[in-house]
Amino acid sequence: MSDDTARFVRTEMAPAERPPIRVTGLIGWVRKHLFSSIGNTVLTLLSIAFLAWVMPPLLNFLVFKAVWTDPDGLKGDLCRPEGVGACWAFISARITFFVYGFYPQTELWRPNIVLISGLVLIVPLFTPKAPYKVPNAILFFIVLPIVSFFLLTGGVFGITPVPTEKWGGLLITLVISVVGITCSIPIGILLALGRRSRLPIIKTLSILFIELWRAVPLITVLFMASVMLPLFMPQGTTVDKLLRALVGVTLFESAYLAEVVRGGLQALPRGQYEAASSLGLSYWKSMAFVILPQAIKHVIPGIVGNFISLFKDTSLVSIVGLFDLLNTMQSALGDQDWLSPNLTVTGYIFAGLVFWVFCFSMSRYSRFLERRLDTGHR
Amino acid sequence: MTTTAAHLDPPRTAFLNDPVVRGVIYQIIVAGLVVALFVFILSNAVQNLVAQNKTMGFDFLNQVAGFDIFFKLIPYDRASSYWGAFAVGLLNTLLVAFVGIILATIWGFILGIARLSSNLIISWLATIYIETLRNIPLLLQLYFWYFAVLKTMPNVKQSFVYFDTFVLNKRGFFVPWPVLDDRFIYAVGATVVAIVAAFAVRRWALRRLEATGKRFPVGWTNLGILIVVPVAGYLLSGSHVTFSIPVLKGFNYEGGEDLPPELVALVMGLVLYTATFIAEIVRAGILAVNKGQTEAAASLGLREGDRLRLVVVPQAMRVIIPPLTSQYLNLTKNSSLGAAVGFPELVNVFAGTALNQTGRAIEIISLTMLVYLTFSLGTSALMNIYNARVALKER
Repeated sequence: MSDDTARFVRTEMAPAERPPIRVTGLIGWVRKHLFSSIGNTVLTLLSIAFLAWVMPPLLNFLVFKAVWTDPDGLKGDLCRPEGVGACWAFISARITFFVYGFYPQTELWRPNIVLISGLVLIVPLFTPKAPYKVPNAILFFIVLPIVSFFLLTGGVFGITPVPTEKWGGLLITLVISVVGITCSIPIGILLALGRRSRLPIIKTLSILFIELWRAVPLITVLFMASVMLPLFMPQGTTVDKLLRALVGVTLFESAYLAEVVRGGLQALPRGQYEAASSLGLSYWKSMAFVILPQAIKHVIPGIVGNFISLFKDTSLVSIVGLFDLLNTMQSALGDQDWLSPNLTVTGYIFAGLVFWVFCFSMSRYSRFLERRLDTGHR
Repeated sequence: MTTTAAHLDPPRTAFLNDPVVRGVIYQIIVAGLVVALFVFILSNAVQNLVAQNKTMGFDFLNQVAGFDIFFKLIPYDRASSYWGAFAVGLLNTLLVAFVGIILATIWGFILGIARLSSNLIISWLATIYIETLRNIPLLLQLYFWYFAVLKTMPNVKQSFVYFDTFVLNKRGFFVPWPVLDDRFIYAVGATVVAIVAAFAVRRWALRRLEATGKRFPVGWTNLGILIVVPVAGYLLSGSHVTFSIPVLKGFNYEGGEDLPPELVALVMGLVLYTATFIAEIVRAGILAVNKGQTEAAASLGLREGDRLRLVVVPQAMRVIIPPLTSQYLNLTKNSSLGAAVGFPELVNVFAGTALNQTGRAIEIISLTMLVYLTFSLGTSALMNIYNARVALKER
C-alpha cells in the first residue's frame, strides 16, 4: 500500500443527521398526537371547535364577568343585571353558613379547633414517611372524636351546650363521614372475618348482614334509620336526628368495608395462615399480628375509595332533614335578598367544587398509595 | 403446655380449650345476642305501636291510596289502592333503570375508548370529564340538572323548538311519539323472526367454518335479514304508523310524548354520572388484555376482525362484565334519588307519600328494601352463572 496519498479514512463516526423536522419537536409531536390520520384530524378539529365554542362563555361566566365582591352591600342587585356571570359575592357573604350551619356565631372557635386539630393530625397520618403512626392514629381515631364530641356539643366544663340541630354545613358533612368511616372499619373487619369463619351460624349472620345492606340504596337505609329507629327504641327515648343518620351510614358503610377487607383476606397466600397457626398463635392473635396487618395494607386504596363514596353519599342526609353542605346551599339559594338568575348555578358550582376538591385529592392519594404499595413484595 | 410426653399420649386439651367446643359456645353466644336484639327491637316496636294506637300488617295495601301520580306507565288514579301506587313506583324505577343502563353503557364505552385514544385532545377531554363528574355527589348533580338547568327553562310561549318536532320548556321535553295500530303486531312478529333467523345463520356459518374452513359473510347477510324482514313485515301487514308531533295549542303543547323535567333530570344525572365509572371499567378491561394476545392471534393467521372478536373482546369482557354489572346495580339503586327531584319512583311514591299517609313505617320500608334486595340477589345469581361460564379453565 504505497500509493495512499488520495485515500481518506475517517477516524471517527460521522455525526448523525438531525431527524427531519417533521417528526421531532413541536411539529412532530402535533403530527403524532393530533393529526396522525384523517380520522384523528377530524376529531382534533372537532374538539378544538368544541373548546372554542364552550371555553369563552364558561370563562366569562366563572371569572371575567363574575361578581367577586360586594363592597356596598348591594346583595342581589349586584348580580341581577343582564350579562353578569357567577355571583361569587353571595358565596363569600354566606360562607360561615356553608361551613358551620346554624352553629352560634360566638362559639365558632369550637368547630374551628376541631377542624384544625383534625387537619393537623390527618396530614402526618397519611404521609407515609412521617413517624409515630400508632400514637397518631390513636389521637385521630379515638382521642379526637371524644374531645370533639364534648367540644362541639358542649354542656360540660362550663361551655354552652349546642344541640346537634344547630350543626350544619361542611362541619356536619365531615362529622358524618369521619365518624362513619371510623366506626365502620372495626365493624367491617369483624364482619369480614365472620364471613370467612368456619362457624356456620356466624358465617350465615355475617353474609345476611353484608348482603342486606349492600343490596339496598342508602336513601332507604336513611329513611329506615329516621322512621324505624325511634320505633325500635324503648318508649320515651328520643334518638337525636344526627345520631340516626350516623347509625344508618355506619351500618351501610360497614357492609361495604367488610367486602373490601374480605378481598384483602382472600388475597393473602394460605401459607400466612398456616405459618401463624404453626407458631401456636390463637385465632385472634394470628389475625391481629399476622393476617390483618398484611390484608389491610393491601386494601388501603380500596378503603380510601370507599371513603370517597361515603363522603359523596353524606349529601343524602339532606333528604332526612340534616343541614349538610348541600342542604345549607339549597336553603341559602332561597334567600330573597340575593335572588338573581345565576344564583342557583353559582351555588351548585361552589358546592360541587368543595366536594370535588375533597374527593379528587383523596382519589389522587389512593392512586399514589397504589403505586407505592405496588413496588413492595406481595 | 408440656411437650415431653406429647408423642406418647394424644394431647389432652381442657374441655373449654377444645376448638370445636369453643366454636359451638361462640356461636350460641352470638346467636343468643342476635335473638335478644330482635326480641328487644320487636317488643319495643309493639309497645310503641300500641302507644300510638297503630296496628301492624299489610292489609293497608288494599285501601284506596287517594293521591295521584303525574307520571305512570299503567292506569292509576286517586281511587286506586296502595298496591297500584306500589306498582306505578316500581315500574317507574324499572323504566329509569332500563333507559339509564342502556344510555350509560353507550356513553361509558365511548368515554372509556376516548380516554385511551391516541388523539391527545380527545383523551384529555375524556379524562377531564371523567375526573370531574365522578368526584361530585350524584345528588348534587341531580339538583343541578333539575333546579339550575331544567327548572330555569323558558315558559311555554318562549319554548326552545328544534326541527319543529322537539320542544323544550319549563313543563318538560316534548318528543314525537309513534302512534301504533293493531296491525303493527305483525311487524313486531317479523322482527322476532328476523332475530331468530340471524342467530340460526350465524350458527350454521360457524359450523360450516369449523367443518370445511369456508367462510360465509355472516355480518352482511344478517344485516340484510334484520333490515329486510321487519320492513317487509311492516309493509305486508298494511300497518300504518304515524308520528304524533308536539304542537302549541292554547297554553300548552299537545301531541307527542311529554317527558317531565323530573324524569329528564334523573335519567340525565344517572347516565352522566354512571358513565364515568363504566368508562374506567372499560379502560381497565381493554388495558388488561396483554398485547402478546393480539400478536399471538395475528401469528395464528386470524384476521383483524377475528382477532378482536375471538381473542381480545372475550378476554376484555371477562374483566369488564362483573364490575359493569355492579355499576348497573348501582344505577338501579341510585334511581331512588329521584325522590329528591320529585320523580315518582318507588322510594318517592311508596316510602315517601304512602308512608306519610299511612304511617306504616315498618311494613313500607321492609317492602321497599325487599324490592331492591330482589334486584340485587337476582343480579348476583346471574353473575355467578356468568362467572362460572367464563372463569379461566386452568390446568
